[in-house]
Amino acid sequence: MVNSIEVKDLTLTFGSVSVLKNMNLHVQEGEFIVLLGPSGCGKSTLLNCLAGLLDISDGQIFIKGKNVTWSEPSERGIGMVFQSYALYPQMTVRGNLSFGLKNAKVPQPEIDKRIARAAEILQIQPLLDRKPAALSGGQRQRVAIGRALVRDVDVFLFDEPLSNLDAKLRSELRVEIKRLHNQLGNTMVYVTHDQIEALTLADRIAVMKGGVIQQLAEPLEIYNRPSNLFVAGFIGSPSMNFLKGRTLDNGRAFQFGSTRIDLAGYEGGAVLERDDAILGVRPEHITVSTTPLAGPSLAAEVEIDENLGADSLLWLKAEGTTMSVRVPVEGRLPPGTKVHLGLDIPKASIFDAKSEQRI
Amino acid sequence: MADLSVTAGAMTGPRGQKPKRALSPTNIMLYGTLIVIAVYYLIPLYVMVVTSLKGMPEIRMGNIFSPPMEITFQPWVKAWSEACTGINCDGLSRGFMNSVYITVPSVIISIAIASVNGYALANWKFKGSEAFFTILILGAFIPFQVMIYPIAILLGSVGLFGSLTGLVLVHTIFGMPILTLLFRNYFSSMPEELFKAARVDGAGFWSIYFRIMLPMSMPIFVVAVILQVTGIWNDFLFGVIYSSNELYPMTVQLNNIVNSVQGVKEYNVNMAATLLTGLVPLIIYFISGKLFVRGIAAGAVKG
Repeated sequence: MVNSIEVKDLTLTFGSVSVLKNMNLHVQEGEFIVLLGPSGCGKSTLLNCLAGLLDISDGQIFIKGKNVTWSEPSERGIGMVFQSYALYPQMTVRGNLSFGLKNAKVPQPEIDKRIARAAEILQIQPLLDRKPAALSGGQRQRVAIGRALVRDVDVFLFDEPLSNLDAKLRSELRVEIKRLHNQLGNTMVYVTHDQIEALTLADRIAVMKGGVIQQLAEPLEIYNRPSNLFVAGFIGSPSMNFLKGRTLDNGRAFQFGSTRIDLAGYEGGAVLERDDAILGVRPEHITVSTTPLAGPSLAAEVEIDENLGADSLLWLKAEGTTMSVRVPVEGRLPPGTKVHLGLDIPKASIFDAKSEQRI
Repeated sequence: MADLSVTAGAMTGPRGQKPKRALSPTNIMLYGTLIVIAVYYLIPLYVMVVTSLKGMPEIRMGNIFSPPMEITFQPWVKAWSEACTGINCDGLSRGFMNSVYITVPSVIISIAIASVNGYALANWKFKGSEAFFTILILGAFIPFQVMIYPIAILLGSVGLFGSLTGLVLVHTIFGMPILTLLFRNYFSSMPEELFKAARVDGAGFWSIYFRIMLPMSMPIFVVAVILQVTGIWNDFLFGVIYSSNELYPMTVQLNNIVNSVQGVKEYNVNMAATLLTGLVPLIIYFISGKLFVRGIAAGAVKG
């Protein structure tokens, strides 16, 4: 398959600070890539580099096989949607949609045709003659998406498009963006710090930190087999439980405090014996029982019980470490209860504490 | 027990909107100070208006605060069209037109250039743009007096000394630092994503300036106009130095009328002349002040 976007050895430095470090990224045609990471990880910077809004220090960028490293933003065949919508306030919706086309000297009948199509897809026909000030947040963002749509480009770039919306609208527009992607089949690069958006929208997620892509994989792969400690801790809410200990018996067991946990069934590499290891188990991969369990388990005491509506979170203390466990509402237990935690080892991750890499 | 006392308190205690006292100590202090300051500023204006409407015999009676017994507009007519400066006896009218010829082009040219400067410095940063900006701002802090003589020589060497063109040039240049600062800061405060969106839409330097930035920056243009019109209209120093007798602006002519040593001091004419000179900035301020408020309000709803 053709690479829609290809980033080769991209480096960006501001003075002595390097924001993006020797980055390589291949995005296939029609793929939905989400750049995910905490603030300051360089995800928006990378997007701005793809758009041509920032001059890069080194490397190359190809879009649809064309080297666009030195091209103007408008020549790159991209459409961009911004967090603050960035609609031109003095123009009507129609004016906003046609501004880029007029700059590109597209003939008027073609402009009308494209606006009509975009308005139909996004259901903004009744809004075409209004000014942005007269629109709600969701409508504004729709228009902003429309502005990328009318450009008739292969690549859409989204810079945290839903961050300014309230929770309800956000989930509505999220679905709409997904539907748009299915309908149009464009390549989309989407920047967000919201892992729910990332997990639901992406074909592949690039988790970034410190200007480096930590892991680039399908959402479930990232969720189930995080490649390092950072990705493991960043994805999932509440965060993965990390148990610090060491591995024994050539990697067949894990010593956590005074508890020995059998690692039979672990789906990773050769664990071997390590003095500094971390066993990571997600809150949803732990079962709680008041009676002793047969499999790998751990004694703990309930500290706090949080009701989330659909399910419940138990915060417990085991061997001096605070852990969280997701349980069904009927599984709630009062603080102080002594319990046994059953760990789902096949779904767990083991990390080397020094290199922070998954084993 | 605790429940009962809470209920009792709720029945008898404060309820609804908190009452506001008109004559609270805070209000007395606040309005008292405001009134004193307002009076302090208005008394000189009152004296000027009243005096300009009196005849000379009434003024000689010496009571400057008393309202005119007989209102006369003769001093205003005289100040505008008859008062003598040197050999010319056509009042302020000549100076008024000179001031218009100086102010209008100076204001338009300086704002046009400074707004593009500010836009470029805010949105199209180039290597050394910050240094350039710093040097420009430094210009705002250098006392005019230092530059008077060098500028006189410069103007003389290009043959513009004593001409309106020369004076317009001087005003344009001297307005540049502060206006550029004003525009740069305004454009910097505009959302950067708007500029980015326009670039993705293929708009260039001038297209973004005229189509995106300009329509959004009416308030700052009004501020710049107020600043420049008042500054240039009220200028005396440059007017007296860089123009010549026939081309003196209104302020210089006012000075010549008021300070003429021949004959009796006509206080009423002087007052009327001063009020006439101050009228233009005042009118500009009243008209554009309203626009200014409207501009700010329009920006606020955009959200």
